Amino acid sequence: MAELVTMPKLGFDMAEGTLVRWVKAEGEAVEKGDVIAEIETDKATVEVESSYSGKMFRHLVEEETTLPVNAPIAVIAEEGEEPTQDDIDAMVKEAGGEPAKKKVEKEAEKVEEKEKEEKPEEPAQEDAVEEDKEDVAPAGGVRSSPLARRIADDKDIKLSKVEGSGPRGRVVKKDIERYLEEMREEGREEEAEVVSETLQPMTAFSVGEVPEDQVVEMSRLRQAIGRRMQDSNQNFPHFYLSRAYKTGALMKLRKELNQLLPESDKLSVNDFILKAVALALRQYPNLNASIEDEKHIRRYGHVNIGVAVAVEGGLMTVVVKDADQKPLRLIAREVREMAGRARDGKVRNEDIQGSTFSISNLGMFGIDNFAAIINPPEAGILAVSAVQKVPVVEEGELKVGSRMNATLSADHRVTDGAEAAEFMQVLANYLEEPMRLLL
Amino acid sequence: MSRMTMREAISKALWEEMERDESVFIQGEEVGLWGGTYAVTKGFLDHFGEKRVRDTPIAEAAIVGSAIGAALTGLRPVAELMTINFAFVAMDHIINEAAKLHYMFGGQFKLPLVIRATSGGGRQLGATHSQTPDAIFAHFPGLVVVSPGTPADAKGLLKSAIRSDDPVLFIENATLYQTRGEVPDDKDYLEPLGKSKIQREGDDVTIVAYSKMVQSALEAAKMLSEDGIEAEVIDLRTLRPLDMDPVIESFKRTNRAVVVEEGWRSYGVGSEVASRIYELAFDYVDAPVKRVAQAEVPLPYNAKLEQLALPQTEDIYHAAKEVLYG
Repeated sequence: MAELVTMPKLGFDMAEGTLVRWVKAEGEAVEKGDVIAEIETDKATVEVESSYSGKMFRHLVEEETTLPVNAPIAVIAEEGEEPTQDDIDAMVKEAGGEPAKKKVEKEAEKVEEKEKEEKPEEPAQEDAVEEDKEDVAPAGGVRSSPLARRIADDKDIKLSKVEGSGPRGRVVKKDIERYLEEMREEGREEEAEVVSETLQPMTAFSVGEVPEDQVVEMSRLRQAIGRRMQDSNQNFPHFYLSRAYKTGALMKLRKELNQLLPESDKLSVNDFILKAVALALRQYPNLNASIEDEKHIRRYGHVNIGVAVAVEGGLMTVVVKDADQKPLRLIAREVREMAGRARDGKVRNEDIQGSTFSISNLGMFGIDNFAAIINPPEAGILAVSAVQKVPVVEEGELKVGSRMNATLSADHRVTDGAEAAEFMQVLANYLEEPMRLLL
Repeated sequence: MSRMTMREAISKALWEEMERDESVFIQGEEVGLWGGTYAVTKGFLDHFGEKRVRDTPIAEAAIVGSAIGAALTGLRPVAELMTINFAFVAMDHIINEAAKLHYMFGGQFKLPLVIRATSGGGRQLGATHSQTPDAIFAHFPGLVVVSPGTPADAKGLLKSAIRSDDPVLFIENATLYQTRGEVPDDKDYLEPLGKSKIQREGDDVTIVAYSKMVQSALEAAKMLSEDGIEAEVIDLRTLRPLDMDPVIESFKRTNRAVVVEEGWRSYGVGSEVASRIYELAFDYVDAPVKRVAQAEVPLPYNAKLEQLALPQTEDIYHAAKEVLYG
């Protein structure tokens, strides 16, 4: 019996998806669990697995088609089975869709395309210049040699601060050596060796020239972020609580732990915060909650922490499930892997689902205070800023201390100021005595 | 040590090995009565006799094919092809037999065969007699491909090739025959096959070359030195098996490399060496590796055009400057 494959629903708020690529061609054998197509939702590109075995009998839609959830996209037939056009139409009708068009034209197009592909390319020019002419952003954002990148990485130097002397401004080894030399001469070694948080050098543009307005299309991700944030900020009553946390002990512990860990497993400050938040939420389940309906609040049993990750053209929230139960090392690895996938546009559906509370960390940009918008249906989000050396008064004396600001945005329908403030205080226990995070 | 030409060094290697081992014999076009197209085997016929110095018809397939047969029976033939361009006629024997018999018969046979051939252009011999197709032969597993760049290496490597139980293609660049250098007199002076050699030390840029291009690279290094740039010149000497160790070691210091070959660039020795540098030392790459090679045309007969098409010392000098961004 032939089976109809439909546009899957990947996430509770998914209404439609774009079929970006067929992985299984018509006529190809399909095993249950095989990836048959790639679908782009407003969140991610997801692989669609087949629930049936047989062969890919017919693609009902072409690549780059956007369809509502549950719309028929393909027919998988059993080996030897040859459903007629009428059979397919009947199946589609039964599923509530429009009968699929016959695909005669498409075949013709395919032939044309094939001819195009087979045309020999222009012979490559003999003395081809080493780079292409198009100005595509290079790896790491700064044109640099692999050697320069490695040295910069070793010495914690921000490549964007180094002036490149190679072709088209490529940063090479000697540029970094010169940069370090200059810093030494000016007694600014610290600055040279520590990732500094100042702004990138100004991009060159002609003074006095006013560019034309540009109207750019919003990506599906951009649209989705817009809808959700507007809904959250307009409809849910936010209130905000800020606090400065002492981070000296945390930074020291992190340094010690990282000495024990291989390069690939190093812990970030954010991993500690994530764990601390998860443990604090266990004590304040009312903040790990959602509005269920007008008369109920759902307090989640699981503590699943979402971490906002900046991706091209927007942001995504990857989720560490049961973060209160997991050791730091595992949390670090999960975040690193999921964030990597998110940035590469390869995020998995399970990576971005099920968060019960979120963290947004802009510390790496040197932000010292900000407030975030709650990611519905959650009840709160913690906005984390940079760890900074600041003057502090300790025992009546002025000293240099390490501090980090964090701001909680909470949903006033679910919780109140006093409870949220207690949560922030408990969070201080974990962050300021970070041994607790290891237990 | 004696100062001698590459021609004399090769001749000496052959002579000494024939004296040392009775199973060594030579065959090829004009190797006997005429004393060799390039006079390498002058006097051999009188000394060693017709049985061990065999003039053959103009039939390269027969020269290589019969040498393979002789090697299988335990002799140590040195088959001479007037130029490597004629090896194409004997390709089936070289590639399908010499390179594979040991493997295909489960090691039952050894193949102590040496094929000598001249390669390279620059002598106005026209497009079909001036090629440098060394990389083609280095493509095939089972064949050892050697091509020396100095008289001393020529002697030591040829003696090792004759004593080796593997089939060796020994490629001589005809324009190097007059090149002079110090050569050890020791009758057991051997240079190992499959080992690259540093011919000049330097810390600023690595120049990888082989055969005639070693000489050009050394001259370019002298020019660079006047500009305050010290180039390390590495002679591959053997194209298969390729020894990248000294190249990688050097590159990790210099972070810049130029690879020079007389043959064409596409699918060539430079491509292979550059790829391996990227694979083995990616984190040390400070600039793209530059390849210097022959212009991608059949080599012209016209003397001026021919020289324009062949890689010159100046090309290596400029390439080194380019990879140094200065």
